[in-house]
Amino acid sequence: MLSVPHLLGIKYLNRDDVGKILHTAETFLDVINRPIKKVPSLRDITVVNLFFENSTRTRLSFELAEKRLSADVINFSASSSSVSKGETLVDTVNNILAMKVDMVVMRHPKPGAAHFLSQRVDARIINAGDGAHEHPTQALLDAFTIQRKLGSLEGKKVVIVGDILHSRVALSNIYCLKLMGAEVMVCGPPTLLPRYISSLGVLVETDLKKALEWCDVANMLRIQLERQEIQYFPSLREYAMLYGLNSKILEGLKKEITIMHPGPINRGVEITSDVADGPHSVILNQVESGVAVRMAVLYLLAGRAEDKM
Amino acid sequence: MQPRIILSQEHYRIMQTRFCHQLIEKHDDFKSSVIIGLQPRGVNLACSIRKELEQLLGHEVKYGELDSTFFRDDFRQKPLLPQSTSIDFLLDDLRVILVDDVFFTGRSVRAALDALQQHGRPAEVELLVLIDRRLARHVPIQPDYTGITVDAIFSEKVKVVWNDTILSHVELVNKDQ
Repeated sequence: MLSVPHLLGIKYLNRDDVGKILHTAETFLDVINRPIKKVPSLRDITVVNLFFENSTRTRLSFELAEKRLSADVINFSASSSSVSKGETLVDTVNNILAMKVDMVVMRHPKPGAAHFLSQRVDARIINAGDGAHEHPTQALLDAFTIQRKLGSLEGKKVVIVGDILHSRVALSNIYCLKLMGAEVMVCGPPTLLPRYISSLGVLVETDLKKALEWCDVANMLRIQLERQEIQYFPSLREYAMLYGLNSKILEGLKKEITIMHPGPINRGVEITSDVADGPHSVILNQVESGVAVRMAVLYLLAGRAEDKM
Repeated sequence: MQPRIILSQEHYRIMQTRFCHQLIEKHDDFKSSVIIGLQPRGVNLACSIRKELEQLLGHEVKYGELDSTFFRDDFRQKPLLPQSTSIDFLLDDLRVILVDDVFFTGRSVRAALDALQQHGRPAEVELLVLIDRRLARHVPIQPDYTGITVDAIFSEKVKVVWNDTILSHVELVNKDQ
């Protein structure tokens, strides 16, 4: 049903694919809000969640999506596995697949890990984040949340604020939003903006106030302290002063904007608690959308008719 | 082979009135009954029958639309995108009339019966179909109300043509055409 056998990144999808995923997610959102939240579509499928990096939201969201589709689920985390004994990625996955697993959801710290795996193993691969490269399901759920809130993505102005340099969410969001006809701006300290980012067709701004005046939606990214091998800004306090979103800035804007955050939130750094929990925030809607969007991705990849599992 | 018209608009009008009277005979004032149109092609028929029923009864008839895509057993052979389901009430103890246009192998209705369970436990479920292709059943399910019965071979297809929400005609066409 999708033009690709795996979901490795938004880069590999076309507009029709994203449209199908968002359409299908709409019906799954309806399903997960019913008294009985389960459908039997993947009852003959086994999925492994392979997490080589920490995750709460994404792993739980994928696991719930798989269970809501009636798939059999096994979970794997690198810290408690033979990876710590030196086993390679391909060996680990092939051993799991020998137990008759059909789909692999993988998060890995290395960019391109999902792509690498897709060329070497015989299973559907879903990238749940590969280093600073892509996080396609996060971008899809962000697009879905915007579409539900604003009606469509076409012509909407979205600013992505914060650590663009280390963010896989930013790259996937840029691809996805541009594909669906939205205008995208990135905003952050110059040290955290990749030098050639404008070649992706996005606007670049270093003044948060100007960026917020321009946009319909602001997606506030987390400062990824774990990926910062050198100091990109003087202090978190200074970052919060220049790029943190608070209610004072929000009230000073000429129009109402929608606030998003992929989580986990550093409260008081990129966003204050009153904004994160305020009426313009759709952060918890994003989490709800996440399950529906991941159900849609799993369903559509499992349903590819031309290459049966 | 030229398409052969097996049901004209005039005939359908008479048939729809017959459906409504049969339904009222069984379901009385429809206070505890509900019409559910099966997505995608049973919905127009269900809406049309509901409209006439409401005129005859003089009050609203409970109505919903059901999509059974996620409950189908063939989604991996035949890629299907889901449609919307809108049933804004619980089906507990209600008498449900499922409505579809063409009843063929019975697999869609089997899936619909499973999908229905997500919305409660109906007191009874009946099936109303416009066209019954009776020689093609894969599962032991039969309709309770039938428009016309057609003995078509597998290479033929029954095509229900709608003009917006008004039935234009039903024709029998060769699948290759």
